[in-house]
Amino acid sequence: MKIRVYRKIFLICLVFLVWIILSGFEIYNVIFGIICSVILILLFGDINIQNEWTFKKPQRYLWFLYYIIIFLYEVIKANIDVAYRILSPNMPIKPGIVKVKTSIKSDAFLTILANSITLTPGTLSVDIDKENGYIYVHWIYVRDVDVEAVTKKIAHKFEKILMKITCK
Amino acid sequence: MNEIIGLFFITIGIIADLIGCLGLVRFPDVYTRLQASTKCVTLGTCGIFFGVFFYYGFTIIGLKALLIIIFVFLTSPVSSHALAKAAYKSGVKMCQQSVCDEYRNYKERIK
Repeated sequence: MKIRVYRKIFLICLVFLVWIILSGFEIYNVIFGIICSVILILLFGDINIQNEWTFKKPQRYLWFLYYIIIFLYEVIKANIDVAYRILSPNMPIKPGIVKVKTSIKSDAFLTILANSITLTPGTLSVDIDKENGYIYVHWIYVRDVDVEAVTKKIAHKFEKILMKITCK
Repeated sequence: MNEIIGLFFITIGIIADLIGCLGLVRFPDVYTRLQASTKCVTLGTCGIFFGVFFYYGFTIIGLKALLIIIFVFLTSPVSSHALAKAAYKSGVKMCQQSVCDEYRNYKERIK
């Protein structure tokens, strides 16, 4: 009980310090910062990290950097693709919702995968079926309906890097 | 020099935002419009803030702009996903050109 209270006070001080560094030391900033950090830690201070041991593996961070580079490249490609579809006069679209299979189980990495799918060329994740491992994706130009082929085109390049980050 | 790079990124961001808004008008239904708004507006907004970061350098304003980029990248896909799912749940039809809908089977199985 006591440890939890100390932990919360420590977290409040930490959040408040970051706020002060970012916004400068003025009286209304200080008052607003104290109120906000207390509310924030009271609401979210109990959230813990699962599997701490994975944080000690260095190769995970290198894979994450690699992931960010691939991701930014895909985001720029996505923008050119969508801009082409918007600006061309006859609008070459063929939308539909397809199914993507995934073998990732952890919540955090499923979120990252779904967010990456949303930000990459012509795809938007609509829903996740967690028990069977499917993500339902709205695709602006459907090239294939078969589950395997779709997975290879949309999710494979992210999934294989994310599997390396999870260290399992 | 830094100012020129900053203005360059800001210009790219504004162009991307403009294309996104055009897409919002031109596309036929909710889902394709979400595609246009999510992608172009994310890169556009991030481009503008990246330009601001270059313009001001490592000051308080520049660092805040970098933080905003991270938060936009985290929140924009989540909000578009929530909008798409809510639209589907409240029965918004997909447009005429649509070719397939695997999601309907899943919905019916759940009921």
